[in-house]
Amino acid sequence: MGAFLVKRMLFAVVTLFAVLTLVFIVIRIVPGDPAQVILGDQADATAIAALQKRLGLDRPIWEQYVSFLSGAIRGDWGVSLVTGRPVIREILDVLPWTLELTAVSMVLGTGIGVPLGVWAAINRNRMPDYVTRIGSLIGLSFPPFVSAILLLIIFSLALRWFPVISGNRATPWAWFQSIMLPALNLGLIMAAYITRVTRSAMLEVMQEDYVRTARAKGVPWSVIVWRHALRNALIPIVTIVGLYLGILIGNSVLTEIVFNRPGLGKLIIGALNQRDYMMLQGMMVIYTLIVVVVNVLTDLTYALVDPRVKLS
Amino acid sequence: MSLSVHNALPTAPRRWPWLHNTVKAFNANKTSWLGLVIFLVVTLLALLAPWISPHDPLEQNVFAKLKAPFENYYLGTDYYGRDILSRLLYGAQISLVIGIASTVLALVLGSIIGILAGWYGGRFDIIVMQTMDMLLAFPSLILGLILVAMLGPSMTNIILAIALTSIPSFARIARAPTISVKQREFIDAGRALGFSDARLMAGHILPNIFPEILVMGSMWLANAIRTEASLAFIGLGVKPPIPTWGGMIREGFENILDSYWLVLSPSIAILVVVFGLNILGDGLRDAIDPKLKGER
Repeated sequence: MGAFLVKRMLFAVVTLFAVLTLVFIVIRIVPGDPAQVILGDQADATAIAALQKRLGLDRPIWEQYVSFLSGAIRGDWGVSLVTGRPVIREILDVLPWTLELTAVSMVLGTGIGVPLGVWAAINRNRMPDYVTRIGSLIGLSFPPFVSAILLLIIFSLALRWFPVISGNRATPWAWFQSIMLPALNLGLIMAAYITRVTRSAMLEVMQEDYVRTARAKGVPWSVIVWRHALRNALIPIVTIVGLYLGILIGNSVLTEIVFNRPGLGKLIIGALNQRDYMMLQGMMVIYTLIVVVVNVLTDLTYALVDPRVKLS
Repeated sequence: MSLSVHNALPTAPRRWPWLHNTVKAFNANKTSWLGLVIFLVVTLLALLAPWISPHDPLEQNVFAKLKAPFENYYLGTDYYGRDILSRLLYGAQISLVIGIASTVLALVLGSIIGILAGWYGGRFDIIVMQTMDMLLAFPSLILGLILVAMLGPSMTNIILAIALTSIPSFARIARAPTISVKQREFIDAGRALGFSDARLMAGHILPNIFPEILVMGSMWLANAIRTEASLAFIGLGVKPPIPTWGGMIREGFENILDSYWLVLSPSIAILVVVFGLNILGDGLRDAIDPKLKGER
């Protein structure tokens, strides 16, 4: 258990370090001088020099690298070039919105996807199987912003069940209204994916000897499916759910834009449009952190679901 | 009991093993042919765009702006009075060119990396695949978004960014079969004949893992087209006024309250193409590995 954890943590640290280095390089391969780009073509030389000094761009590259790394670890990610506030504060302000959206979407995605996948698997090559397979392929074909816009047209414009723009979260009902459509959008796309994974995992497990033994000794069908088979099928599903988070975070950017919801997505688009390099740098660090933390959590869950994994 | 062996005629080695395998895979699940037909029809429409477009996709007409579908214009007009059908047809060109170019680039580079890692194994394999895993862990849309924003939204940069985000998946898919194929007898036979590593990899490993790569390719082409549209929707597509499907949805989204058809037709176009490619890849995958039926 201990050795496994140490190994995974070490991998997490190496990943974090590698991505931070990558971030540092990406920010600096931008064609042209960042200070020049930020200030525009008309800026005079002294203003550019001053900004270079402020950003630390006048120092040798390795010195910049060391101070960037140590800053990233200490939580000092510099100051936003647009608002002048510390990058980490700007990010922490909107982070709960994105985490909340991601969490609700994950619950919806697995809550819809796993039962549908089981249903398809136990009805293999019959109507429910065909319907869920085609349905999930259609779900996988949606670019997230297209499905978001369709949900907006149907539920906000045509049916008027939800407000078009909603930032108000004062009452539980208002909170529900503000999160339901974005979470449904992300959750349905995720469910399409999880359905397929669950289906194939279940099909594999249902062929195992212990399932046949259980049937032979007269265990009720529902107990076999939900207790014996699904518990074993959960192992690949957990891995996929963990891996899916990367896609989910990418999709949430588009969803936040369509529903005009605050969060990391809107923050990063704003930073891109305004060429706020410091903010972009911080955003990439926070995304990496989220991914690394989730990977470690996935490994732990993996061990919880599968007692055979001795975490070694 | 082994007499029949002598009666069996020696079967001639097939000229194009990868082509034969591919056609066999298509026939195993007929829905993949449907996917292929959808894709080919869209490709044909994109190629014929200059001849079949009813209007110039860039021609503005202030007297015919935001026209609803079916009055003179089959799919209506946008805010600048441009014909949406013509823009859709030309937009298909951009989607397909970026999708195919980035997928082919990623397929070639990823396969080379995967085959090399699987072939040589050892420390080289570990380092390469760990790097790929790290790239894979980072949200690909965000990586693509940052790269395009940093390099500037040109066609080449968009292709490069999308390709880079999908290389790890191709490397993974190429590596696993390489490891199993390299232990087969015919590789030893080739070695005994004095074939070079490069010849064995290109001539004997590649044809054997081709079906897997092809499945991955059609799935990733779907993904690349979706990513291109997403980037264009964010405003990181090929520069306007060149029509792109994602860009059309972006422009149409501003007028969504009164003219919903502006976003509807490009959305349906993206869906049809991506769905076609998905059932193509899905069917092929069933044929290649029945155990994986339905998994993505």
